[in-house]
Amino acid sequence: MALEELYREVILDHYRNPRNRGHLDAPDASAEGVNPLCGDEVSVELAFEGEKVVDVAVAGQGCSISQSSASMMTEAIKGKTRAEIADLTAQFRSMMSLDGDGAVDLDPDRPGAVLGDLEALQGVRKYPVRIKCASLGWTVLADALTE
Amino acid sequence: MTNLAYLRADFPIVSDGVHFLDSGASSQKPIPVLEAMDRFARTSYANVHRGAYKLSIAATEAYEAARDRVAGFIGAKDSREVIFVRGTTTAINSVAFGWGLENLGAGDRIIATEMEHHANLVPWQMVARRVGATLDHIPMTDDFRLDVEAFESMMGPDVKIVAVTGMSNVLGTIPPVKRISEIAHRHRARVVVDAAQLVPHSRVDVVETGADFLAFSAHKMLGPTGIGVLWGRMEALEEMEPFEGGGEMISDVTLHTATWAEIPHRFEAGTPPIIEAVGLHAAIDYLEDIGMDKVLQHDLDLTEIALQRVGDVPGVTIYGPPGLEDRGGVVSMVMDGVHAHDLATILDEGGVSVRAGHHCAKPLMRRLGVAATARASFYVYNTEEDIDALVTGLRRAGELFGMS
Repeated sequence: MALEELYREVILDHYRNPRNRGHLDAPDASAEGVNPLCGDEVSVELAFEGEKVVDVAVAGQGCSISQSSASMMTEAIKGKTRAEIADLTAQFRSMMSLDGDGAVDLDPDRPGAVLGDLEALQGVRKYPVRIKCASLGWTVLADALTE
Repeated sequence: MTNLAYLRADFPIVSDGVHFLDSGASSQKPIPVLEAMDRFARTSYANVHRGAYKLSIAATEAYEAARDRVAGFIGAKDSREVIFVRGTTTAINSVAFGWGLENLGAGDRIIATEMEHHANLVPWQMVARRVGATLDHIPMTDDFRLDVEAFESMMGPDVKIVAVTGMSNVLGTIPPVKRISEIAHRHRARVVVDAAQLVPHSRVDVVETGADFLAFSAHKMLGPTGIGVLWGRMEALEEMEPFEGGGEMISDVTLHTATWAEIPHRFEAGTPPIIEAVGLHAAIDYLEDIGMDKVLQHDLDLTEIALQRVGDVPGVTIYGPPGLEDRGGVVSMVMDGVHAHDLATILDEGGVSVRAGHHCAKPLMRRLGVAATARASFYVYNTEEDIDALVTGLRRAGELFGMS
């Protein structure tokens, strides 16, 4: 059933229990963004040690897709360097069909499944209006990284 | 329960399994409306008010017949009080810029309400900033109605215009426009009514409303997109300057000056929506054939069922007046733990179309303390089955998200 493909348990878990939620005491970089169409909001705060993101916090409000995607994103990028995050972002955008053809039928358990939990979001591709929800956190992250 | 199910065959998009509950955004179009536009375009089409040839004369007659039809439908005293514009938004902007810039100055006050659609709010913000006027808002009571007593105490000689919705597109609330007009007129203020949700669903007599300006769109009342109506009381229209200049709206033009054509033509610059006017005419014929009292009763019958059955779904809160009095067929809801966008996606899987989001009324959403609601809105082609499908989808959302 299509809805179960979209609303996988891991997505609902991140929606109900968002990780790295809130604000950092002294962020090195931050950005916020809204989806004007639907009003979803996400803010991202980052703390660096050299090139590496050592802490991240996300706040905001919105649908399960935007908020769970941002939550999963925080887990994926913590401890990663800017270059690694750029690579992750490219993979995520590709999975969402935002760039290129989009990789299809990703299996999160396959060897080298770098996106991990995030791959649960691939069901969103079937709902084009929701792709913007899934990518909101990543767009804000890119803003914070170029700050 | 009113039974209008016999109409459903007239709407090509409406069929079994299609539960279209977003008529508040835009309505579906019946075959007689589509055919009237098609027939006119195939047989009688030309530009209006220009040519001395037969086709243009026929097209002009059809266009002006639509104006007369609208005037009769809304009880205007004079067809010249009916101005064809692009839609409600253009109508209100015409009043804000055409009337507002002429009649408002520094220190004047504009009063709107907490429940306005952006279309009857943002133009007033723009004009207030330009002329140095201030903008205040009639507050809402806890039962989602306008606080008319508060409005009365807000009024004073510095208030020049009151902008009020005829029916809230989020709450369904129908404010007492007649009383608001009486109070405004005691203070010599003009009243502009955003009737985009009201005119399609009930009998509106513009004279009885007491309003000075009233705006609505054809596409929400079974007609085409691209045409709407600004009705204005003649003396109010005479205070208004044209919002747009161009062809058709002039009496004489030299290289440096122009004089205006008579009302209403001075407010209809450029080639008007001619085929759309014929469509609006046909839509009014269709609605009056049903009878506006029946149209309203049907909306209310469905609303009553929806308030009960939707209200019974665990975790659902409805925002809007609890009863049917002074209320239209709009039911806005939120579900605990399930965002409105997720609701809309889940409902769509069951063929149910609802609007999710802020409904172009962000100040109202802030007042309600919610970021978004899901909204079901009813019209003549809807049935009890549509509400059952809505309720089934809501329960499914609750299960999926583990809320029930």
